[in-house]
Amino acid sequence: MIRLTLKKILQATYGEMQLNVSFQIKKNSLTTIYGESGAGKTSILRMISGLMEPDHGYISVNENIWYDHSKGIDLPPQRRKTGYVFQDYALFPNMTVKENLIYALSKGQDAGIVYELLDIIGLKNLSERHADTLSGGQKQRVALARALVRKPEVLLLDEPLSALDEAIRSKLQDYILRVHEKYQLTTILVSHDLPEIFKLSDQIFLLDRGKIERSGTPSEIFLSNKISGKYRFTGIVIEKFKNDVVYVVGVLVGNNLIKVIATEEEGNALKVGDKVMVVSKAFNPLIIKLNN
Amino acid sequence: MIEWGPIILSFKLAGITTLLLLVISVPLAYWLSYTRSYAKPVIETLVSMPLVLPPTVLGFYLLIAFSPANAFGQFLDETFDVRLVFSFGGLIFASVIYSLPFMVHPIQSGLNNLPTSYSEASFVMGKSRTTTLFRVLLPNIRTSLLTGIVLAFAHTIGEFGVVLMIGGNIPDVTRVASIAIYDEVESLNYANANVYSLILFSITFLILLTVYITNGGYMKRFLR
Repeated sequence: MIRLTLKKILQATYGEMQLNVSFQIKKNSLTTIYGESGAGKTSILRMISGLMEPDHGYISVNENIWYDHSKGIDLPPQRRKTGYVFQDYALFPNMTVKENLIYALSKGQDAGIVYELLDIIGLKNLSERHADTLSGGQKQRVALARALVRKPEVLLLDEPLSALDEAIRSKLQDYILRVHEKYQLTTILVSHDLPEIFKLSDQIFLLDRGKIERSGTPSEIFLSNKISGKYRFTGIVIEKFKNDVVYVVGVLVGNNLIKVIATEEEGNALKVGDKVMVVSKAFNPLIIKLNN
Repeated sequence: MIEWGPIILSFKLAGITTLLLLVISVPLAYWLSYTRSYAKPVIETLVSMPLVLPPTVLGFYLLIAFSPANAFGQFLDETFDVRLVFSFGGLIFASVIYSLPFMVHPIQSGLNNLPTSYSEASFVMGKSRTTTLFRVLLPNIRTSLLTGIVLAFAHTIGEFGVVLMIGGNIPDVTRVASIAIYDEVESLNYANANVYSLILFSITFLILLTVYITNGGYMKRFLR
C-alpha cells in the first residue's frame, strides 16, 4: 500500500503551478497517472523515487515512511526501493546489456536474478551487446529488466512506450503485465495512450494542472456510461463519410483501420481525431466517444 | 651541444602537474556539474582566471605569498619546512593553478553533456555519488578526460611567465625548456635556442595531432 500527499510549486510552461495531490494505491495494483503534458505526472514519480523533494507532504510505502516533511524524514533515492524506467531509458552506454543489469545488483545480492530477468524479458541473445547498439524497443526491455533487478517495492514507468511503434508497444505491454504479475509489483505508469491504459491499468488518476480531477477504473473515467461488450478496442477516428442513411466511420485501432457503421446521430457527434471505443456486442458493433 | 636537463625537467613538471590536476579536477568538475550552490559562479570564475590573467600576475602574487620574508611563506617554511619560491615544488604548485581550467573545463563540459538520467538511474539503483562517478559517468566521458589530460600537459610544457616569476632559472631545479630557450637567446646562442625550440615544437605538434586524429576534431571547442 502506498499512501502519499505531495505539495510542491512547480515551474510549468504557463508559469507557476501548485502540485497538490493525495492518494492511496493498493499493493500489487497497476495504476496509471494520466494527463496533459506539464500536468505534473513525471514530478509525482520523481518525488516517489526521491529524485525531487516536495515542499510538503508524506510518502509511505508498505508502512515504511519514505518522506515526512513534518518529521524531517527524507530517505535518499538510494534507500527507497523503487525501480524507475526513464523516458530516455538511461542505459549506460559503457556497459553491455548484462553489465547494465549486474550494475543494478545490491551489495551481496545473488546474480541469479539477472539471468532470470534476461530470460523472462527475452534478452538472452542480446546480453553481450552494448546498450547504444540496441533498437528503441530493445533498450526499453533492458531498462525494464534493469529496474527490476533490485526487486523494487514500487515500479515507476515514465511514458515508457511513447517513443515506440505500435507493434513493439503491444509486445512490451505484455512484458510489463507479465513481470507485474510475476514479481507482484506495485506499478505506477505515466501514460497518455488510451489503448495502453485500458490494457494495463486497474486504476487511473486523471491529473490536471497539478490536481487529481478524477480517479477510477479506465471504463469509469473514459466512458460516460457502462457498457458490457464482448470485444473492446480503443482507437482514433481518421475518416467519416455518409453513405445513404448511415455513416461509415474509419477508426484506427493499433495499425489496423476498421470501418464501423454509425447512425446519423452517432456520426454527427464524431469528428476526425476523436478518441473512440469500438465495442462489439454479440453482432452489432457500437462506437462510443471517449471523454478526456 | 645542448643540455637535456631542461627538456627532461619540462616533461617531469608537466607529468606531475597533469597527474595532480586529474586528481583535483575530477571531483571539482563533478561538483561544479551538479551543484546549485551560490558559491558556484565564484569558484568557476577562480578556475577560469588563469585563462585571461597574464601569467606574470599569478607568478608575482605566488612569489609574494610564498616568500619566506612574508607571513604565509614563513609559516610554510617554519612549520612544514617547505619553501615554494625558486624550487621545483613551487613550480608544480604554480603550474597546477595555471593549468587548472584546461583540465576542469573539458571534464565539466563532458559531465554536463551526459543526460541527468544516468546519475538518477544509478541513484535509484542504490549507488552512491562516488560509485556513480567512477563506474557510470567517467567511463562515458573518456574523450573529455583525454582532452583535459593532453591540454593540461601541453599547456604546462608551454608555460613561461609563471615559471620565470616563481622559479627563476636554476639548472636542474627550475630551468625548464621554455626558460632555457629564453636564456640561450639572451646569451646569443641562437643555435641552441633553435634546438630546444624544435624539440618542443615537434613534441607538442605530435601530441596534439594524435589527439585530433583520435578525437575527430573534438578539441576545437577548447582551443581557439
